[in-house]
Amino acid sequence: MSFPILTVIILTPLLGSIAILFIPKERDRLVTRLSIAISFVVLILAIVLVVSYDKVAGGMQFVEEYSWIPTLDVFYRLGVDGLSVPMIFLTALLTLLCIFYSSYTIKEKVKQYFMLFLMLEMGMFGVFLSLDFILFYVFWEVGLVPMFLLIAFWGGKRRLYASIKFFLYTLTGSVGMLLAILGVYLNTGTFSIMEAASLQPFVDNWPLAVLVFWGFFIGFAIKVPIFPFHTWLPDAHTEAPTSGSVILAGVLLKLGAYGLMRIALPLFPQVFGYFSYNVPIIPILAVISIVYGALICVAQWDLKRLIAYSSVSHMGYVTLGISAAAASLAQSGNSDLVTSAIIGLNGAAMQMFTHGIITGALFFLVGVIYERAHTRELRDFGGLANRVPYYYAMMMVTGLASLGLPGLVGFWSELFVFRGTFGIIPIFACIGVIGVVFTAVYILWKIIQHMFLGEFSQKKWDQATHHAPLSDLEWWEKVTLWPLVTIMIGLGLYPTPILNFLNSAAVTLLDKLQ
Amino acid sequence: MSFPFLSIIVFSPVVGALIIAALPKEKHLAIKLVAVVSAFISMVLSIYVFFDYDQAAGGMQFEEQIRWIPSLGISYHLGTDGISLPLLLLTGIIIFCGVLISWEKDVRPKEFFAFLLILVAGVFGVFVSLDLFLLFVFYELAVLPMYLLIGGWGWPVTREYAAMKLTLYLLVGSSIALIGILAIYFEAGLGTFDIMTLSQVGFTPLFQYLFFLPIFVGFGVLAGLWPLHTWSPDGHVAAPTAVSMLHAGVLMKMGAYSALRVGIFILPIGAQKWLPWIVVLTVVNVVYGSMVAFAQKDFKYVIGYSSVSHMGYVAMGLASMTVIGISGASLQMFSHGIMTGLFFAVVGLIYRRTHTRQIPELGGLARKMPFVAITFIIGGMASMGMPGLSGFVAEFQVLAGTWQAYPAIAAISLIGIVITAAYIIKVSYKVFFGSLKSEYEGISAVSTIEKVALFIMAALLIIVGLYPSILLDVINTGVVPIMMRLR
Repeated sequence: MSFPILTVIILTPLLGSIAILFIPKERDRLVTRLSIAISFVVLILAIVLVVSYDKVAGGMQFVEEYSWIPTLDVFYRLGVDGLSVPMIFLTALLTLLCIFYSSYTIKEKVKQYFMLFLMLEMGMFGVFLSLDFILFYVFWEVGLVPMFLLIAFWGGKRRLYASIKFFLYTLTGSVGMLLAILGVYLNTGTFSIMEAASLQPFVDNWPLAVLVFWGFFIGFAIKVPIFPFHTWLPDAHTEAPTSGSVILAGVLLKLGAYGLMRIALPLFPQVFGYFSYNVPIIPILAVISIVYGALICVAQWDLKRLIAYSSVSHMGYVTLGISAAAASLAQSGNSDLVTSAIIGLNGAAMQMFTHGIITGALFFLVGVIYERAHTRELRDFGGLANRVPYYYAMMMVTGLASLGLPGLVGFWSELFVFRGTFGIIPIFACIGVIGVVFTAVYILWKIIQHMFLGEFSQKKWDQATHHAPLSDLEWWEKVTLWPLVTIMIGLGLYPTPILNFLNSAAVTLLDKLQ
Repeated sequence: MSFPFLSIIVFSPVVGALIIAALPKEKHLAIKLVAVVSAFISMVLSIYVFFDYDQAAGGMQFEEQIRWIPSLGISYHLGTDGISLPLLLLTGIIIFCGVLISWEKDVRPKEFFAFLLILVAGVFGVFVSLDLFLLFVFYELAVLPMYLLIGGWGWPVTREYAAMKLTLYLLVGSSIALIGILAIYFEAGLGTFDIMTLSQVGFTPLFQYLFFLPIFVGFGVLAGLWPLHTWSPDGHVAAPTAVSMLHAGVLMKMGAYSALRVGIFILPIGAQKWLPWIVVLTVVNVVYGSMVAFAQKDFKYVIGYSSVSHMGYVAMGLASMTVIGISGASLQMFSHGIMTGLFFAVVGLIYRRTHTRQIPELGGLARKMPFVAITFIIGGMASMGMPGLSGFVAEFQVLAGTWQAYPAIAAISLIGIVITAAYIIKVSYKVFFGSLKSEYEGISAVSTIEKVALFIMAALLIIVGLYPSILLDVINTGVVPIMMRLR
């Protein structure tokens, strides 16, 4: 038997959080150092996984399968493919950076905070690695609790409202999903995601297939979030502590999109295709998310809320790419369609990764200024460029990546999404592009211009922040941001390494569905 | 004849009660020791029986049969199968934890513990009886001490009202069920009350249609079936802590168990006729119960109504008439028993220290009693069906079974899960977090004995959640014969 690397990746954070439980609570430094060490080990494991995954062979690798609850046919099944490997890397990287950043900013209930963070990491890994519906659901829910607690105990003023809204919204989605899982099980007789996909549940029962599909879709759409299920997100983000927002936007939203790709599309290609092409509800919701999300950003004056809404807009690209691939299945296939579908799916998957990196960095940057000014009101700032040039440079790179400037990662994923969509459902590509324009407006006009350009007025700053000192980035803030910025530039110039992974997954998926 | 494990389980508490009756009433410690030892014997033996049960063979095991009143065909016939074993185990654990939680009780402990032990003997008896008459005797034996315990040691404000209401409801329910039992006895005409023998008799469909309903509903009263549930929250709230634990944790299961054992097992055709209608009541239980729980201001009423809601899943699983649904109902009985025992223990611990159960008056208690807060939250997460805890596996199975039989009902019942999450979060937050009132700064710490009781219950929720096969394998051996009858 080979080394069970996936189980080790899941268990390491859990064991770490149990170890922290036994550290006396006065020893904060030991807690933070241990957490950093553990998440660093996990990142190393994730890199080992990235390196050792065989991209040429593709498909599911490192599969582990053990019986768990035999009377219910529930198995402990894990595996990774080209879609999940980058997500594992993203999760491990962002968690390490969050834990590192938090070790300097979290001063209250330190022990509990880091325990929860490691448990959150375990839950996220579990979702990306599970190949069994029940296991998937278990981790899906397990990740919910620590996030809820992080918002409820370390959040801002309206944290209780925001955390409960977040929890109940997601739970409502997941119980619907639970019913859909049961439907699939009763139809196919298996909880294995891959097996169920190859059996194609409900092929002969269209109404039930539609119902079960929407059960999954709404569960995932709430998490993504797709308009009109997005209203929990701005509240949760605004109230969450910085690292909570980073993980929420960077990884948790991807769980929803991942579910669409891993479960909704492979299990119900006809239904997904039908609602993407014949009755294009899904692409309509996707472009509404893109354009409406961006428009709200233009109207926002709270920096953190603005970034939160930008997530709604950017995750819309992911949905659009996936629905384009699905729409290709509803049309009689020629090779152009297949190429476009593959490109669209690649774009969606890449957007998941790049959005994680970019928004993660943006939320760190919001946290940095909020730590100093204790305000996030854009009108309170102005002329910061001269005072905090390092911060300005970081914000500039990240902002430009977010608006899709060529040479940075954001460009590639949006390009692929629009290229793919244009080849299949061109009208939605055309409408979606409007979102890109507004993105440029809110990044440049709202953030860059209002915060950094113009004259710095000490009087205005003092008034808004009650004489808070203004200093440029600390060394640990730089350490947190540099890996993300490096990836933005590196993959922006040479996106092939990540595309190799995603492409192998996209090709395998569409091959099966053709 | 083999060693009479089941008789010892049933009569160990009775012997304990008799010894306590003989002790002088000022010897509090001796009384409590006798109580804890007799409860411990029952618990250990029920654990032994649980693990010694031969799963491969299945069926009724550890049978004991002695003729009791031959002229009426009544015999002392005990036995246990996959359905009753987990309940036996549950009862053993809850009574042991209940005695531990009542350790500091010093108002007339002699009578209190004696009645408590008699009550639990009745509960054990119901779960192991294979004779209808014997089952009914034990059933009544469990209800009577309940009245005395609530009336004598309950919450002074409502105890008389609640004790009377509870007793009347349950007596009416059981007399309706008794009519059904007698009808079965006479219709069969075999001159026996033996459940296994009666289950072989092919009753006519008309007879089954007529008498399934009184039996199921009569016992269903004790299971908190809507709209006959109103005694239960009142009773829970007025009862002293250990009695609430037994009451919600075990007694309500007695109703569901008897409805299954007598109603569905003996009259399967009647069950097929009526259960598709009864399932509608059960979904009202689930959703309405959780809504009422959400609206409560009194901590104990929240838990009381949550029991109504969760027992709805038990009845719903039974009504689905599928293997997975009935197995889920059985697991839910165990899981809810432990969970609600834990809840009532926590409520009792807090009330004894703060002398209030009004949620708005509490707050910040996690700082004074972190262990209690953690165990309550574990119970709460089990209650809202968080994966990794026992409640998830149980509710999941019930949903799976119901979805097979009545998809719409399954979908509606999901509302209950979401509302459950809402009230659990609300209560946990308001009781344990936020700011601590200054008058509670000096409350006494939680004792080790109380912590042991909480720990046992919380640990079980996690163990069963992570490794449900420990119970499911046994339960399934019991469900299969019932399903054979329903086909």
